[in-house]
Amino acid sequence: MNFKEQRENYRLKKISAKEAVQESLVKIKNDKLNIFINHFEKQALANAEHIDNNFNDFKDKPLSGIPIAHKDIFCTEGLPTTCGSKMLENFIAPYDSTVVKNCLDAGSIMVAKTNMDEFAMGSSNETSYFGAVANPWNHDLVPGGSSGGAAACVSANITTISTGTDTGGSIRQPAALCGITGLKPTYGLVSRWGMIAFCSSMDQAGPFAKDAFGCAALLDAMASFDEKDSTSTKREDINFEKSLSKDFGTLKIGVIKNIQKLGISEDVINAYENSKTVLSGLGHKLVEVDFSELSSGICSYYVIAPAECSSNLSRFDGVKYGYRSKGEKDIANLYMNTRSDGFGAEVKKRILIGTHVLSAGFYDAYYLQAQKVRRMIKVKFENFFKDVDLIFMPTTLDQAFEKNRKSDDPNRMYKEDLLTIPANLAGLPAISFPNGFKNNLPIAGQLIGKYFGEDLLLNTTNKIQGVTDWHKMTP
Amino acid sequence: MAQNDTLIKGWQPVIGLEVHVQLMTNTKLFSPAKNQFGEDANTLVDLIDLGLPGVLPVLNEGAMKQGIKFGLATNAKIAETMIFDRKNYFYPDLPKGYQITQLHYPIVRDGVVEVNGKKIRIHQAHLEEDAGKSIHDKYDDKSVIDLNRSGVPLLEIVSEPDIRSASEAVEYLKKIHQIITYLDISDGNMSQGSMRCDANVSIMKPEDKEFGTRAEIKNINSFKFVEKAINFEIRRQIKILEANGAVEQETRLYDSIKDETRSMRTKEFANDYRYFPCPDLVPTNISEEFIESVRKDMDELPEEKQERFMSTYNLNEYDAGVICADKQIANFFEEVVKDADIQLAAKWIIGDLNALLNKHDICLDESKIDAANFSELIQKITDNTISGKIAKEVLEEIWITGTKVTEVIDSKGMQQISDEGELENIIETILNENNNQVIAYKSGKDKLFGFFVGQVMKATQGKANPGLVNELLKKRLS
Repeated sequence: MNFKEQRENYRLKKISAKEAVQESLVKIKNDKLNIFINHFEKQALANAEHIDNNFNDFKDKPLSGIPIAHKDIFCTEGLPTTCGSKMLENFIAPYDSTVVKNCLDAGSIMVAKTNMDEFAMGSSNETSYFGAVANPWNHDLVPGGSSGGAAACVSANITTISTGTDTGGSIRQPAALCGITGLKPTYGLVSRWGMIAFCSSMDQAGPFAKDAFGCAALLDAMASFDEKDSTSTKREDINFEKSLSKDFGTLKIGVIKNIQKLGISEDVINAYENSKTVLSGLGHKLVEVDFSELSSGICSYYVIAPAECSSNLSRFDGVKYGYRSKGEKDIANLYMNTRSDGFGAEVKKRILIGTHVLSAGFYDAYYLQAQKVRRMIKVKFENFFKDVDLIFMPTTLDQAFEKNRKSDDPNRMYKEDLLTIPANLAGLPAISFPNGFKNNLPIAGQLIGKYFGEDLLLNTTNKIQGVTDWHKMTP
Repeated sequence: MAQNDTLIKGWQPVIGLEVHVQLMTNTKLFSPAKNQFGEDANTLVDLIDLGLPGVLPVLNEGAMKQGIKFGLATNAKIAETMIFDRKNYFYPDLPKGYQITQLHYPIVRDGVVEVNGKKIRIHQAHLEEDAGKSIHDKYDDKSVIDLNRSGVPLLEIVSEPDIRSASEAVEYLKKIHQIITYLDISDGNMSQGSMRCDANVSIMKPEDKEFGTRAEIKNINSFKFVEKAINFEIRRQIKILEANGAVEQETRLYDSIKDETRSMRTKEFANDYRYFPCPDLVPTNISEEFIESVRKDMDELPEEKQERFMSTYNLNEYDAGVICADKQIANFFEEVVKDADIQLAAKWIIGDLNALLNKHDICLDESKIDAANFSELIQKITDNTISGKIAKEVLEEIWITGTKVTEVIDSKGMQQISDEGELENIIETILNENNNQVIAYKSGKDKLFGFFVGQVMKATQGKANPGLVNELLKKRLS
């Protein structure tokens, strides 16, 4: 069942919110894939009853009667928020993030919080303190990351929608590897208040669903201007769900010139070529764009993101909340041991890189250079969008990979984000959707749009999904 | 650039000050928590001040306006775009592990103030958040933290190294104090820490082209200590250099009990703060219109007030300057002269009231003197209810008790005697008792006139109306 059917059933009173929640809870309790960090039976059932009892107030809300799982990066008042880390294993936030609150107001019921790479740093969900998540299509493979639990949750039909965050591809890459649809909105569309920061200048929350329809409805709930987030943008309200049926006419879509040079697998290329045919079939005009700078994005990203994270994670010092090492004789030891024990290896590696690139004598060579590259990529996109309406490219280099993948290249994992990072650097919206199937595993493509062009992204994806069936496949 | 009168043993001190001023806003710089002093520990703390995961700062526009006011008051450039940076370091009273401040794009730059006719340049003034307070002496076995101060807005005013002596540093600091209190952006209370000062001190030979190596003295919290700390530091550096040693670039602390500065950390152990632009706050554009709206909203500055007092109240330059040196006194003066004689009020404020304030080392609003009562005092002098001499006694009394002037006069029977009949009787008695002097006066000893006045005043315990006594005496003796 997809989101649209589930909501229809609720609105037609074929199923109550409580029944929907109970169904999800049974699946959560039986989960063998380690998708969840915590679930909340008592609160979820009480919430569902409240929504059922006030049916008329909620029935027209975008998420009426729908069980939802939130990535465990969003603070939830009175309930644990771990961010996938030992550091916050027992942390209970005293407030709700704006995303969680918006989703609640839209009529959804939070049933669980999903597993993730520690502090959203990873592309395989293997850096989680709470263990790796299995890919629903093949349990020996990873679901992608960092929102691996959130993508697996929808892919495995446990809930029809879930929330994630995307800093360098953390929504789109797991959506691709799990065969579902995921959207990273324009930076500033969704409030970051209460979302634990990794790289503040790129972090952006977004929706997961099987299809564009579910993503549109969830984004309608999530997006809001928030005075508590200075980077949130005030803009005219767009109803994404309604914009699915709007006619945007014939589009000019940029496709990547010399794409085979990027190290993309043959299967992914084949799916990409296939999708181009689909887009042409829908009447759109394809034009090749030269994006030879694309690969430099990753270098910029892996300087800026660690730099910001090294500062953002300084607050986890054992003094105020979270993990604290025991029996320390002075403050320096408390800091060192708390942070040595409380953070996992990947997080520590990035804090060290970030600290280094901001240090006196290295700042100009790394951080400033990385910002220049970032600006260059932004300008590149702006120039593209003078000519085209959307840009289309694959989401990932390859399909889902095995856990504990061995590689001679220490940066192999970072290359997972090669195709997703450019949109984050530029702050542009991008949507990943399933566009092929090979080796019993899904393949995905992504569309990148203009600033606040989510309506067009969702509309175009919806049209593609009207003539293809990749998004309907289930593990 | 060296000025010979500031040389000490042939050495030229070179001083720059960094003054931290706590701004008087309703709420903190980036959170909705109240900005107040003296509340119970950790009661003025928001999620943001705690540095909880997921919280975000939102700039307080009030603090920005106050920064702009300071810039306008010092003829500085106001930033078209200001950018906040993060200064990263670990300390338990710094909950986020970084302080949000402004490094390269401060709200104010290139200002100037005039101290005794000399221009001292302000390099920049920037907005930043204060840290919390670590308390180490409350418990034996642990330190505790009060986050009430965490996030309180500060304006850090950084001077150029234009100051040449410790006393000039104090004058500069007093000027800054005057400006911020006039603008009503800070109470400037150094003992409560709402104004704090770091001093960069170096010495050079007058013929040297480059400044010497400087030491930074941290957190000096009174005007007196600024002077002492700088003077100690100058002497220390002279001693080192005259022994052919080298001054080390370091941070030092001033110990006011021992009157000395001590090394806190050397350059080698200086923190690398890893500044970078704070990604949670977008660059803030400050438009001309916004600056103009702030300018319209600005209180009068000392020089403007002085000029107005000269033209409106016909005060001379000196009197107007003394009255306007302190905004409280200037406002007090304006209240007083609504009903009282202007020149007389000015004379009494500059003279007797100022003397009392100086003697007790307090400011006007800490005293028991209020404008209405003081005005009454002046009026009682003008309408001859009391003499100037008695008025001094009344002032002493209301200074101590705060009682109403009329009550003091009534209860002590201090009213001036202006009844002609009564005074004539007294004069008559005195002249009869001093016949010899009367004869001497009439034979040409004019100076004895004062003797008769004194006798009348003595007989009336100073309450006789002096003008009337003069008049009646002259008539009687002619």
